[in-house]
Amino acid sequence: MSTINPPVVFTQDELGWVSWIDPLPEAELTERHFAGLVDRSRAKSEYFRLLVRDPEVLEARTKTDKDIFYNVADGLPRAERELAAAATSRYNGCIYCASVHARFASTYSKRRDDVQRLLDEGVGADLGERWNAVVKASVALASTPIAFGPDNIEELRRIGLDDAEIVDVINSASFFNWANRLMLSLGEPTK
Amino acid sequence: MSTKDIIDTLAGIEPGSSLDAIRAKRVQARDNAQKSYLALFEPIDAGDFSHAERAVVALFVAGLHGESPVTAFYRAKLAASANGAALVEAIEAEIAHGKTSGPYGAYPAGPLSAEDTTGLNYRVRAERRPLLGARLVAALEHAHLLVFRPRDAASADMKALLAAGWSNSGIVTLSQLVAFLSFQVRVVSGLRTLAAANAYEKAAS
Repeated sequence: MSTINPPVVFTQDELGWVSWIDPLPEAELTERHFAGLVDRSRAKSEYFRLLVRDPEVLEARTKTDKDIFYNVADGLPRAERELAAAATSRYNGCIYCASVHARFASTYSKRRDDVQRLLDEGVGADLGERWNAVVKASVALASTPIAFGPDNIEELRRIGLDDAEIVDVINSASFFNWANRLMLSLGEPTK
Repeated sequence: MSTKDIIDTLAGIEPGSSLDAIRAKRVQARDNAQKSYLALFEPIDAGDFSHAERAVVALFVAGLHGESPVTAFYRAKLAASANGAALVEAIEAEIAHGKTSGPYGAYPAGPLSAEDTTGLNYRVRAERRPLLGARLVAALEHAHLLVFRPRDAASADMKALLAAGWSNSGIVTLSQLVAFLSFQVRVVSGLRTLAAANAYEKAAS
């Protein structure tokens, strides 16, 4: 079975996603499932109706995700959290996740061309000293075995990040090692 | 339930330390990373993925990332389950057999094919298949795919799990467990690296 029109390049376009196994039908969702979805509107999404087969894990994962990316009262600017997510997704090869978080990175940074260079050229693209350090740290964290070391900390400090901001880089990049593996293995993107 | 925060424990973060204060500013992320751990390892209903199977896959996944406090933690968890000693021995042998560097794999055919990289296509060794059984053999092979070459994943991999006796819901939890550990091991590693850099600077000043 081949998918209709799968994307073959990294893009900031909006993509669809189809599951390879059966999501729960919307009509079968109970209150336990809605608690797992966190936002009731996610019942419309095939991806979330699949993950809600384990509602407790989905609920905790979603709340982790929201706090790491949306809680910007202090710490790293949203744009750079999204950059870490996009870079991790580019490196792991998740075209779907990269599309979503590249769009967010563009929106919050207003640096759409730089974000596109990350997608086109890969994680070695020269995006300026500050972004290069964030991308490099994300890639080091995404590597197995993990290659993140004192040099990455030193580089993040050199571009002006304090410990709280470095923790945000660690959280954002680490989280996408979770997200990428779900998106890549349970289904595939569509144009 | 008052299980100590696993990430704090594994990263060596002490109450009252500066990293503890930083993590407290992301209280939802911290609490829900813990809840994810509990949902995966102390589920309300283990359902289609037994506690023992979860412990086996966890040691394998942590071990593929290298020896760390995370690996030691999941080794102890597996050792405490039924037939634990034999399973730990078998999984350690499979970790040695499956260890490599990632991510690698192939992109959908097109311009990105120039970036395709090949690597180990891991299969459980024949001599350990009888002990592990078809379900765990399929789970370990899938876990290796997710750890090292997630971009190679295909619908055929779902069919292989279904054929080995995994249900749709079991596959979702298995995928979450492997993916969650990919997150947890990195947060722990990152925080430990940051704490060590701070301790080094303090000692040098």
